[in-house]
Amino acid sequence: MIFLRQAGAIFWKDVLTEFRTKDALTSMLLFGLLVILMFHFAFEPDSLETERYGPGLLWMTFIFAGMLSMNRAFTNERENDSLQGLMLAPISWGAIYLGKMLASLLFMLIAEVVMLSFFAVFFNFDLLPRLGWMLTISLLGTLGFVSVGTIVAAISMNTRMSEVMLPILLLPIALPVVIGAVESTAAIFTDPPGEGLAFWVKFLVVFNIIFVTLPLMLFDFVLEE
Amino acid sequence: MRMRTQLQTPAVRVENVEKWFGRTSALQGVSLTVQRGDFLVFLGRNGAGKSTLLRVIARIVKPNSGKVEVCGVDVLRHPEVGRERLGFVAHSSYLYRNLTAFENLRFFAGLYGLRSGDRVQLALRWVGLEESAHRRVHGFSRGMQQRLSIARATLHDPDILLLDEPFSGLDFEASELLGQWLQDFVANGKTVLMATHDLEQGLRAANRWAFVDRGKIVRELQGTDTVVREQYKHFLKEKKHDFS
Repeated sequence: MIFLRQAGAIFWKDVLTEFRTKDALTSMLLFGLLVILMFHFAFEPDSLETERYGPGLLWMTFIFAGMLSMNRAFTNERENDSLQGLMLAPISWGAIYLGKMLASLLFMLIAEVVMLSFFAVFFNFDLLPRLGWMLTISLLGTLGFVSVGTIVAAISMNTRMSEVMLPILLLPIALPVVIGAVESTAAIFTDPPGEGLAFWVKFLVVFNIIFVTLPLMLFDFVLEE
Repeated sequence: MRMRTQLQTPAVRVENVEKWFGRTSALQGVSLTVQRGDFLVFLGRNGAGKSTLLRVIARIVKPNSGKVEVCGVDVLRHPEVGRERLGFVAHSSYLYRNLTAFENLRFFAGLYGLRSGDRVQLALRWVGLEESAHRRVHGFSRGMQQRLSIARATLHDPDILLLDEPFSGLDFEASELLGQWLQDFVANGKTVLMATHDLEQGLRAANRWAFVDRGKIVRELQGTDTVVREQYKHFLKEKKHDFS
């Protein structure tokens, strides 16, 4: 309970800071909207094309936009060495991980809802009948991505060229979640939904359990000098 | 009985601590006992190992070997319990620039498990920032940030205050104020460990001194700052010869 309250304090601090600066949200939304716009002009978005390329395009946009947010999760803490301030508090360092991970999850989900709406408009995609599944898959895919992304952001924070290191380290590790998210999204893009939907959603759930639990256990070693 | 045992326990006990960063040795077999009420100053050049020693005591750096106890708590095994007894003030303020002074302290109060409202107001009044409570920290001067940083570090009423070059960048008035606070802190029976290379500021209340060089405590002294100043200048000259 105390652990959750401490993680909640860190989550709230990150949310408050983000809503003041709007750094992560602005960059994610601008990037996402530009990518969707470019692909809109790159190929004719009829229903067959959208069914074929839409899931990959959507998740590529989510993942690369999310990377911008992940980069900021710990680089923000470099200012005034505030990460050390957190580490000096009598808390489990896992609470730092959980608070930051949940904040990144919230920022990405907000951006994804906006990007999804733009995708629906620009690609003439009927989102409403699939909205429930789409939100579930977005939540599962994003949770898996940010849970790995947060620990990798902490690892890459102290490396030279941390902004380059993050995608290099993160993408291979997050690959199972990305594949699961793209495949399950592809399954709901067809009408009726593809047979693989149940399998890929279960696949995402299993990887989420692993990807959330392991970093929680390993985070102390990441911060430790 | 328990109370007496607690009072007899040293504030800080460091035993044979070694720390390596890659192939570089930062601390070499450091041993030290600090009693409650002591004001111990670590003096040494930049890179001598003073800051690393403080960070090992606060257990944000894990030593490769040795033992560290804070008020009798083994901080290698129970780092969170040890950190409850410590406050840490460094050159960096550890504050969030986009939050107000009040929000910063409320956030740290939350991490320390304190009921925030009254405690935060008291702390702000104590450091004279009550009127700036709802201003964002990025508009604060260095002196104001350091005052807020002291409020942050002492919010949970720690037994031990660790200070790492706390005077650097402070103007005369802010330095005097910080020096006075440290005197008051020690007068209340609390313990201060401070790392500095500056002999001019905030040392009036100090009663113990340790000269640190290349990861070792090479000399320990007791006495007033005026006596120690001369000895430290000699020590620096000796070391200059060693280097040349």
